[in-house]
This record gives sequence, structure tokens and C-alpha cells, in this order.
Amino acid sequence: MAPIIETRQLCHVYGAGTPFEHIALDHVDFRVERGEFLGIIGHTGSGKSTLIQHLNGLLKPTSGQILIDGEDLHQSKEFLRKTRFRVGLVFQYPEYQLFEETVYKDIAFGPRNMGLSDREIDRRVREAAGFVGIPEDALQKSPFDLSGGQKRRVAIAGVIAMEPEVLILDEPTAGLDPRGSAEILQNIEDFRKAHNAAIVMVSHSMEDVARLTDRIVVMNDCHAAMEGTASEIFAHADQLISMGLDVPQITRLFLRLRELGMDVDPSVYTVEQAMRQLLPGREGVC
Amino acid sequence: MLKDVTLGQFFPGNTVVHKLDPRTKLLMVILYIAALFTAKAFVSYGLVFLFLAVSVFLSKIRVSALFKGLKPLMIIIILTAFINLFYSKGEPLVQFWIITITKEGLYNAFFMVARIVMLIAGTFLLTYTTSPIALTDGLELLMNPLKKIKVPVHELSMMMCIALRFIPTLIEETDKIMSAQKARGADFESGNLLQRAKALLPILVPLFISSFSRADDLATAMECRCYQGGIGRTRMKQLTMAGRDWVTLSIGLLLLAAVIVLRVFAL
Repeated sequence: MAPIIETRQLCHVYGAGTPFEHIALDHVDFRVERGEFLGIIGHTGSGKSTLIQHLNGLLKPTSGQILIDGEDLHQSKEFLRKTRFRVGLVFQYPEYQLFEETVYKDIAFGPRNMGLSDREIDRRVREAAGFVGIPEDALQKSPFDLSGGQKRRVAIAGVIAMEPEVLILDEPTAGLDPRGSAEILQNIEDFRKAHNAAIVMVSHSMEDVARLTDRIVVMNDCHAAMEGTASEIFAHADQLISMGLDVPQITRLFLRLRELGMDVDPSVYTVEQAMRQLLPGREGVC
Repeated sequence: MLKDVTLGQFFPGNTVVHKLDPRTKLLMVILYIAALFTAKAFVSYGLVFLFLAVSVFLSKIRVSALFKGLKPLMIIIILTAFINLFYSKGEPLVQFWIITITKEGLYNAFFMVARIVMLIAGTFLLTYTTSPIALTDGLELLMNPLKKIKVPVHELSMMMCIALRFIPTLIEETDKIMSAQKARGADFESGNLLQRAKALLPILVPLFISSFSRADDLATAMECRCYQGGIGRTRMKQLTMAGRDWVTLSIGLLLLAAVIVLRVFAL
């Protein structure tokens, strides 16, 4: 079966033909499999945001192809529009896109654009609000009366309500407190399990990426520089650091331990794995 | 589509035109416009055009960039041409059905179009080669004498400076909000006029809200740095008129004088 999203030799040049021309993506081959949790990491300006805006057709490639379920995304206007609903995109700081009088109406904006029946819209709005932990009585409030974290949830619910097959999030936890960000990440995981959707998450938190994702793509200098599971990626600590990235703190600790002569395997990236290695048989302790 | 907005855009460069004092450039634009509106015949239009062409050449701004600025005004230009072409009285050249094209009409249409195009090209050359900050600094200094009659010159130029500064930010913001709403299936390109106007709401509401909060933040930031208007403020970059500025101004005055002479003697 073809991957749900695949890019072939994708290139994008901003401002072609002006003095401000610059390359953002340079022959990127990238894929998203059904139901997987994919992490994208890379320093600022490495092309992550440009890449994800291609995946639902907001940006048109300068050259190269994007295949959705094996079919060319830009084959027709109808297909492009349908894809917008199949590939949900949550931008960075999505709370700035809220505009309706009530939270309910704002979440319903996407489903309404899909042309669904009122009953179906109602079901989806309530379900999406449930996923992100917006209580029933908040639905009739104005979104502008909510706190920053709540606004973010409403905005994410607005995309979840379209029940996309792929949910793409650009730094969904930027600027949130640790508890709020942990909750939102859990909400996203819940949605994935309930709908068997694929998640693509751009993040600067190596810990989150290591803990949640099945696979990681590292963007560097307009290329997809590395690809693999968390343990494969974080085994190349030197390379990551040279790209302006980092490894999870626990991995750094283990690298240092080995430098100091201890016999440990530095391909760990969560506290649980570290426990298993250092104190085998006592995982349940913490 | 929003990337095409060229208003207030600045193409950095290192040419003579870029290096001129902003005051010189502002005065030159005024002289140029005066000359353009005084011109009445081929010779004087030719002179003004020559001046424009030399300035564009020296500034190394591409002609295509100037034409891009003209695009949004195409309708006005075409309309002007048509009205002048068909509604000028005089010696008929072509006549069929109810349409009469006169020799005077042809002249008028040509000159009006030339005038508008050159007017816009000249002013765009100013904003293309002068950074917004330099431009408002120049304006403030030029308007300084007006302070005597209690015109809040500094405040006006500060407002203009802020407005110009935020044009690109607002464009970027609009682009972002548009993308976000498009990702939720918003459709800005189809439907009738009313539907399209309604489709703008999801962009305008967030844009207004973020503009207000941005203005608030900016005001706070300015107060934190003890901004209190123009009194006692000094500049990091003092503007000084160099030899090239006086030469340029002389050329501008000569151009205007020549066009006036040509008009008086009806050449």
C-alpha cells in the first residue's frame, strides 16, 4: 500500500526572480505512513514549515511531486480541496486564527466547509472538544474570553473536527506551561488512537519527540538529512549538535558517563529506558 | 497574491540614487511632479521622461519591478485612455457608428497615460530606493519649519514611520491567517460578491484583533523606553547634504525651469 503522503524530489524557492529569492526545500523525499506518529526536527530556517505547508497543498512546489495515497495532489482543484480535509494542518500559535462569536461555531468552521449535515457537525464539534478537554459549558463562550492554553485547544479542536487522516502540527506546545503542553500532547495521542490517524509533529523538544514518535525526520539546510527511529537518530549525537540541534538530556548524560569510562549504551532517550539499563528488573520504582 | 503588494517596499542597493539624502529625493520628486504637470508637448514630456529614465538606470532598479507597481492601477490607466480618446472634441480622424476619434483625443489619451505612468514610476522609484526610516526622517526635517505654527511634525512622522514599518508585518500576518483558514477549507476564490465578502471575515477578525494587541504592545514597549515625543530627541544618524545632493537638486530645478520655458513659449 502506498504511503498516505509521499513527496518526490520536492523543491521550493521563495520569491523566484526577485532580489529576495532563496531556496527553502532542495529535492526532499519524504513520506508519512498510515497511522504513524512522525516527528520532524530541525533548527529554525531548515525548511520544516515550508515542507508541512506543501503536504496539504497550501504551497505549490517549484518542482517535484506530492502524492496523496499514490495520487498527485495538484491533479485538480477538487482533489486539492478534498485533500485539505484529509490532511489537517495546525499552524504555530493557531489561537491567532480564531474568529467566531462562540467556541462551538469556531470548531464547526472546518466541518461546515466540508458541507456536512448539522447533526454530523454537532457530533464532530462535541467529540473534538472532548478530545482536547474543552468542557461542554465552554462551547457557548466567546473564544476571546478564554486563556491562552484554552484558545490553543479550541484551535486544535477546529482541525481535529474535520477528522483528518493525517494531522500535522507545527510546534503545538510552543509557549505553553509544562502541564498544558503535556496535556495537549496526550490529547493528540488520544485522537490518533481513536481514529487511527497519522500524526506529523514539528517540535523543538527532543524529549517530546523521543518519547512520542515512531519515526523521526531531521531537516537540515533544506534537505531531509536523517531519518529513523528515535534510538537511531539520537545515536548520532555529534551530527545533531553540528546541525544546531540537541539530544535528550538523558542521552547526553549517558554519553558523558561513557566518556568517563562507564560501560553504558548511550542510545537511551527516556528516563524509563535509563532505569532499565542501570537498574535492571526495577523499572516500576519511579 | 499578497506578495505582489509593492507599496512601501524597499530594494536595498548601493547606487548614487540610494545614497542621495532622503530630503533631496523628496524634493526631487516634488520638482519632478511639478515638471510633469507643467509639461504640455512632446519635447517637454521627452525631457521629463529622459530624467526618469536616467534615474531608473542609475538606481539599477529593474524596469519590470516598476511595472509591477503599475499593475493594480491598470484599470484606471485604461479608463483614462478611453475617456480621453472618445470624449475629446476636435478634428475627427476616424468615424464609425457613434464613435469618433479625434486627433486631440489621441493626443490627450497619450499624454494622460504617459503622465499617470510616469507619476507612479517616479514615486515608486523614491520608495524603492529609500528605506522607510530614511524617508520619514527626511520628511520630518523638511517639515520642521511647520513646527512654528504648531503642526505636530514629529508625531506625524513617527506615525508614518510606524505605519510603513508594519505594512510588511501585516502582509505576513494576513498570509498566515489566510493559510490557516484555507487549511480549514475556507474558500476565497469562488462564489458571488456577497459570499466572497463574507469569506473575508475569518481573515479580518483575527487580523484586527492581532493588530490591536500589537499596537498595545508597541505602546507599552515605547513607554518602557521613556518615549515622550520629539522634545529633546537626538538622532543616531544625522542627515547631511553632500555635493551630489546639491548637484541633483540643481538638475531638478533646471528640469522644471526648462519645462516652464517650453510651456511659456508653447513649443
